[in-house]
Amino acid sequence: MIRLEDVHVTFNTGTVNEVRALRGISLTLGDGELVTVVGSNGAGKSTLLNTIAGVTFPHRGRVQIGDVDVTEMVEHQRARHVGRVFQNPLDGTAAGMTVEENLSLASRRGHGRGLRQAVGEPERREFRDLLAEIGLGLERRLKAPVGLLSGGQRQALTLLMATMARPRVLLLDEHTAALDPAAAVQIEALTARLVVSEQRLTTLMVTHNMQQALRIGSRTIMLHQGEIVLDLSGEERRGMTVDDLVRRFQESRQQALVDDELLLTP
Amino acid sequence: MNLWIGAVALGLAFAASALGVFLTFRVLAFPDLTVDGSFPLGAAVSAILLTRGYDPWLSLLFAALAGALAGMVTALLNSRLKINGLLAGILVSIALWTVNLRVMQDKANLPLLTVDTILTPVRQYIADPNLRGVFVFGVVTVLLVLLLYWLLHTDIGLALRATGENEKMVRAQGIDADAMRLIGLALANALVAFSGGLVAQYQGFADVGMGLGMIVAGLAAVIIGETLIRPRGVGMTLLAVAAGSVIYRGVIAGALFIGLGPTDMRLVTSLIVIVALAVPRLRALVMPRPLAIQAART
Repeated sequence: MIRLEDVHVTFNTGTVNEVRALRGISLTLGDGELVTVVGSNGAGKSTLLNTIAGVTFPHRGRVQIGDVDVTEMVEHQRARHVGRVFQNPLDGTAAGMTVEENLSLASRRGHGRGLRQAVGEPERREFRDLLAEIGLGLERRLKAPVGLLSGGQRQALTLLMATMARPRVLLLDEHTAALDPAAAVQIEALTARLVVSEQRLTTLMVTHNMQQALRIGSRTIMLHQGEIVLDLSGEERRGMTVDDLVRRFQESRQQALVDDELLLTP
Repeated sequence: MNLWIGAVALGLAFAASALGVFLTFRVLAFPDLTVDGSFPLGAAVSAILLTRGYDPWLSLLFAALAGALAGMVTALLNSRLKINGLLAGILVSIALWTVNLRVMQDKANLPLLTVDTILTPVRQYIADPNLRGVFVFGVVTVLLVLLLYWLLHTDIGLALRATGENEKMVRAQGIDADAMRLIGLALANALVAFSGGLVAQYQGFADVGMGLGMIVAGLAAVIIGETLIRPRGVGMTLLAVAAGSVIYRGVIAGALFIGLGPTDMRLVTSLIVIVALAVPRLRALVMPRPLAIQAART
C-alpha cells in the first residue's frame, strides 16, 4: 500500500519562476494495484513519481509506503521499498559493467553492502534463471557489458532489476516511450507479466499513450496543473475509449482555462 | 643499463599512485587533485617514523592511513559543504603542504640514508640497489593489483564502480553515492600516500616538494596504459595502469638518456600525456574510413 496525503510541491519558491508542481495530491494505492497516470507536459506526472522516490520533497503533506512514513527519507534510504524504471533506457543500468554485475547491484538493494564477493556461482545460476524467463537470450550474455545491449534489452534488464528485490512500490516513468515500436510492445508485455500477473506489485505507471493507459492496470488517474482531475476505475474505466479519455482530458483543460479567465477579468 | 632498471623500479614504486589516480579519475569519475598533497604526506609520515626507529612496513601503513584521512577531507568538503570537487582537492593539497612540513618537523628534506627501509632485508640476496627496488616494488604492485581486483568485485566494489558510471541508477538502487566517494577517495589517497612512502624509502629522502605534478604523472600512467594496451575488463585495466606507470618512467629515462635535463621533464611529461591522448584520434585519421569510424567508437 502507498498513501499520499495532501502533498504540495513547489519549485523556485518565492521567485518569479515559482512553479506549483503538485497542489494537494491525495492518493492511495491498494496492494497489488497498478495505476496508470496520464496528463499533459508539466501536469506534474514526473514530480509525483519523484516525490514518492525521494528525489523531490513536498513542502506540505505526507508520503507513506506500506506502514512506513517516508516523507523525510532521502532517495537512497527509501530505495529498499521503491523500484524504478526511467524513460531513458541508459539511466537504469551501468553501461561499463556486465549484465551479472548490474543484476547483483540490484539484488543487494535494501541489504547491506560489504566485502562479500558480488557474483559467485549461486548468484550466477539465479540470474541465469531470471533472465531465461524474460526470453531475450540475455541468460547467455551474463558477462557482456550492458553498453553492448539494445535499448529494449537494457530496459528489460532495468525492469528486472527494479522488481527482483520485490519493492513495495514500483514507479514506471514512461518506460516504453523511448523505445522502438517493437521493443515498446515487448516491454509492455513483460511489464504486464512480471508486474501484474506474477508479482502483483503496487505500481504507478506514467504514460503519454492513452491507449496504453487504459489497456494496462486497473485504474487510471489524470493530472492537470498539479491536481488529480480524473480518477477512473471499475465499470467506468472498462467502458472508456481513448476518445472518451481525450474528451475528459480536454474538458479538464477547458475548466482550467475558464478558471484562469475568471482570475484575469477585473 | 642502471638508468633503465632504476626507471623500472621507480615506475613500480609509483604504480600505487597511478592505481589511486585510476580509482578516482576513472572508476569514480571524480577528478581528485588531493594527490599532489597526499603523495608527499605519505613520504613525510613514512620518513619521520623511520627516523624514529619504526618498522619500515609499519611506517607505510601509517602513511596510507594519513593519505586516507586527506582523501576523506576532500570528499567531505565536496559532499557536505558542496565545494566543487576539483577545488576541494586543490584546497586540501595546498593545506597539506603546511601539514607535511610540520610532519617533517619544519625541515624541507628528511634524509633516510642511515636508516633501515623495506629494501634493507633484501640486500643480502640482491646486491644491486636498482634490481632490489624492481623486486620489492614489483611484488608490492602485484599484491596491490590483486587486492584491488578482489575489492572491485565485492558488493562495495560494484557500488563504487557504478557510482562513477551512473549516479542516477546508483541512488535508485539504494546506494549512498556520497558514501561511495568518501570510501573511494580515502582508498585512492591511501594508495598515493603509500606510494609516496615507497618512493621516499627508495630515493633515501622525503622532500616537501616531491608531490608537485604528481597528478599529471599519475594521469600519464593511466592514459599510457589505457592507450597502448587497450585493456578489456577490470583486471586487465589494473595491470595496464601499473604497466603505464613503468612505461612513463621509461620514457622519462629515455629523455634523460638523450641528453635532456631534469628541468625539461615537466615539458616532456606534458607532451607524453598530449601524445597519449591524441593517439586514438590519430589512429582514426590514418585508417581507412569504415575502420576509422569503428576505432573512434571504441
